[in-house]
Amino acid sequence: MRKFETVTSVGAPLPQINIDTDKIIPARFLRTIEREGLGRHLFNDMRFDSEGNETPDFVLNQPAWRGASILVVGDNFGCGSSREHAPWALADYGVRAILGTDFADIFYNNSFKNGLLPIKLPAADRDKLMEDAERGENARITVDLENQVITRPDGEEIAFEVDPFRKHCLLNGLDDIGMTMERAGSIDSFEASDRIARPWLYAE
Amino acid sequence: MSEPRTLFDKIWANHLVDTQEDGTCLIYIDRHLVHEVTSPQAFAGLRAAGRGVRRPDATIAVADHNIPTRPGARAGTIENEESRIQVETLERNVVEFGVPYYPIEDVRQGIVHIIGPEQGMTQPGTTVVCGDSHTSTHGAFGALAFGIGTSEVEHVLATQTLIQRPAHNMQVDIEGALPPGCTAKDLILAIIGRIGTAGGTGHVIEYTGQAIRDLSMEGRMTVCNMSIEAGARAGLIAPDDTTFGYLKGRPHAPKGAAWDAAVAVWKRLPSDPGAVYDTVVRIPAEEIAPYVTWGTSPQDALPITASVPDPADIDDPDRRQAVQRSIDYMGLRAGQPLREIAIDTVFIGSCTNGRIEDIRAAAAVAQGRRVADSVRALVVPGSGLVKAQAEEEGLDRILTEAGFEWRDPGCSMCLAMNDDRLAPGERSASTSNRNFEGRQGPGGRTHLVSPAMAAAAAVAGRLADLRDLD
Repeated sequence: MRKFETVTSVGAPLPQINIDTDKIIPARFLRTIEREGLGRHLFNDMRFDSEGNETPDFVLNQPAWRGASILVVGDNFGCGSSREHAPWALADYGVRAILGTDFADIFYNNSFKNGLLPIKLPAADRDKLMEDAERGENARITVDLENQVITRPDGEEIAFEVDPFRKHCLLNGLDDIGMTMERAGSIDSFEASDRIARPWLYAE
Repeated sequence: MSEPRTLFDKIWANHLVDTQEDGTCLIYIDRHLVHEVTSPQAFAGLRAAGRGVRRPDATIAVADHNIPTRPGARAGTIENEESRIQVETLERNVVEFGVPYYPIEDVRQGIVHIIGPEQGMTQPGTTVVCGDSHTSTHGAFGALAFGIGTSEVEHVLATQTLIQRPAHNMQVDIEGALPPGCTAKDLILAIIGRIGTAGGTGHVIEYTGQAIRDLSMEGRMTVCNMSIEAGARAGLIAPDDTTFGYLKGRPHAPKGAAWDAAVAVWKRLPSDPGAVYDTVVRIPAEEIAPYVTWGTSPQDALPITASVPDPADIDDPDRRQAVQRSIDYMGLRAGQPLREIAIDTVFIGSCTNGRIEDIRAAAAVAQGRRVADSVRALVVPGSGLVKAQAEEEGLDRILTEAGFEWRDPGCSMCLAMNDDRLAPGERSASTSNRNFEGRQGPGGRTHLVSPAMAAAAAVAGRLADLRDLD
């Protein structure tokens, strides 16, 4: 996994509440066996019209925010399906950090597996960042994971919380599976005693 | 005496492999269901790292999302090339990694959340995962069941575990009996309407109370299925004689002495008296009515007798804007009675409502009536076994004589990954689980309802109160 380094970018404002995973990437683009290349379908039905032309009103189609690495979002971002295609599409587009109040659990979890940092903030802090984001060009926001600080364009710092284990994995680009494999001994002993307690769950 | 524990607390404790200092847990996964859309990159990851599947005997695979449902269509190849490649990739992966698979032509093929319970794979007290958010369905058996992303699918295939943190406990208690005409679908829509689409975030919801205990397993699966639409990680219902009765004799259920031993273990699972929940919501069953959604979030649910809300009545600016956006997308007007909304399409099926009881409910309304001329109505059974049973009961004949199309099993128009979809601007009454913008096809408009209400809408040509049918 790609390491998370400090990101400085304009913030693209997406104030709508409940932006669901079908909005992030509609189901018809899930017919792929690859992880890469989904950025071109990110927010497809908001970003493009039915003929595939860019919709000029959509924030990421406006010059100030095109290619933004930071999104500032409304409540309950990422609700809906478990599709990891949503964080894949965001990461492929170049998004590295998403600043909101709360995120749907599965989306939140999936994001960390893909070098993407979703940050849960009090509504007042998110609202300030939303105002910054709406100013567009020259209003650059910095997200520093190591020090758990967001710096606003005027220099004000906003601290944020993040789970220490997730922070460690993201900063070092660690692969969960490799780490769990190192605990194979614990898994073996769990299975050995479970096989006695619940033998019907194991093939003979 | 130990502290009283909830059903969730007990399942969690039983599956703890180990806990790190910071509270991150490694939990054991008993059952893993795999489908063609969210697994190809996981198998590719295993292959790249030279890893195998740790417990093929705890895993089953099936293709459901992309499968055509037009009668006869699955005999040939799948027309859409990307869909075909996904299904063929799954077929190659299950052979390479030794995972049990129900092929498309097998009568046991169907939607992954229908066939897990049907085959007896889903059992009380187990942990069940799948790369699909509606894995919450299996919570109906008192199993801790939740959707995961593809990275986690790969993690489970390789290690049979997941790195997790415990959830909070929420109780949703429905005392009393459901009024006539109300079903499990109306109940869960009412719950989501009450607590909102983020109301359950970070929680596992345990559903309790008489109205829940009175439900069949099919109804309980409908309720737990849509827990994710309330933002919950999972839904749970305590196992009881209804659960055991459903499971007994199913192919993967324990047999003989193992059955008795299993039931003894399962009977210790329900929450202890005095167990504490972080959040409690109580809704009297008598407040439930036949529900429909009017907007583009499952929380936009109202009794069929209500009208489209007026944004002007809403104080919160974000919410007001969201309601206005939904009304515009849905092509409705504030104050419009829900019963006046004309529909083009009816979809009866999905992991929410594609089980035998759902087909029976639709057929009961369809019997002796006709689908309105302006309406296209699809019935898509959730599995080959549901289809076979419905045909044995003559339900397919009742439905086709009334003008419904009788399809082959699959996810179909729930998410429009195959060729069953709404055209832009088309409006459906659908028994599925999500009314998001574009969910049933770009520009499509979805109203979520129960199977009986969907059939009533098909007959009326508009959203209708099934209690008003002649």
